[in-house]
Amino acid sequence: MNRKAIGLFIAGLAVTVFIAVVVSQFASDEPDGLEYVAEQQGFGDEADVHDLAETPLAEYGDNLESDSRVSTGIAGLVGVAAALGLGFGLFWLIRSPGTDSADSTR
Amino acid sequence: MHIPDGVIGPGVSAAAGVVAAGGFGVAVSRARRYLTDRLVPMAALVTAFVFAGQMINFPVLPGMSGHLLGGVLAAVLVGPWAGYLVVAIVLIIQAFLFADGGLTALGLNIVNMALIGAVGGYLVYRLIFRLAGSRPDRVAPAAGIAAFLSVPMAGLGFVGEFALGGTAESLSLGAILVAMVGTHLLIGIGEGVITFFVVGAVMKARPDLVYGSPTFSGRRTEELLS
Repeated sequence: MNRKAIGLFIAGLAVTVFIAVVVSQFASDEPDGLEYVAEQQGFGDEADVHDLAETPLAEYGDNLESDSRVSTGIAGLVGVAAALGLGFGLFWLIRSPGTDSADSTR
Repeated sequence: MHIPDGVIGPGVSAAAGVVAAGGFGVAVSRARRYLTDRLVPMAALVTAFVFAGQMINFPVLPGMSGHLLGGVLAAVLVGPWAGYLVVAIVLIIQAFLFADGGLTALGLNIVNMALIGAVGGYLVYRLIFRLAGSRPDRVAPAAGIAAFLSVPMAGLGFVGEFALGGTAESLSLGAILVAMVGTHLLIGIGEGVITFFVVGAVMKARPDLVYGSPTFSGRRTEELLS
């Protein structure tokens, strides 16, 4: 990556971490559209408890800390790191071999 | 929009798992044709951004919220098949790390949000972009409109799955269809606004990296989804 690309990447990552750690504190706790319709239409009770509901990060850190701000922030950071790592790993593995090396100097 | 376990029966859930896995294979083989070294960091960043965006539930109606799905956002930025992989990775992380979206429902969720949301949404984007004159300044508005429509489209995916394999009995499918489309049209407004601003920002900074734009400097995959 050239300098401009690195700058864009760092700016994008900063925005992403800010959203996951800070903006997430203000996310609504109300049911989302599907949960809402499920309750309203009478199939909400069909949903099973999640197999991993007791794991530390379940529901974005509910089991992690008594302070929900801290646990949401940790969940956001872990999720961003996991998404970045898995994304980078998969896309690096499947990238097309040495194609536009000429472009990369732009 | 994340289906929990138990709502859709095992047969339809397993069938969706097969479709989702097949889609993953197609996505890998298509994406590798254009995903060059310099696009890899961008695709990884978009994956992290979609995860973060999905954490933010915004209020829509009293007692109901919505959140970003990110399919069209990812597809316009990194292409429809890399977009499929972006959304699939996010859904896998959510299901296994955060207990969000059932494990047996993972295939259903990938079909609705990656296949319909990202790949289907990208087809809608191309159609709107062409109708709007295919100019670079139309990329962000067309992406916003397609993103808006992709949310009720994903909701319809759920209704179809529920019609085929819903475990609840004696419910009105018509009422569920109307409720799903109605609520997700409202949620789609948020999807459209976020997608418009994010795609617009990247178009300003690096128009050469935006796959869905005529300014894209890399290769595109075959015509079908070009």
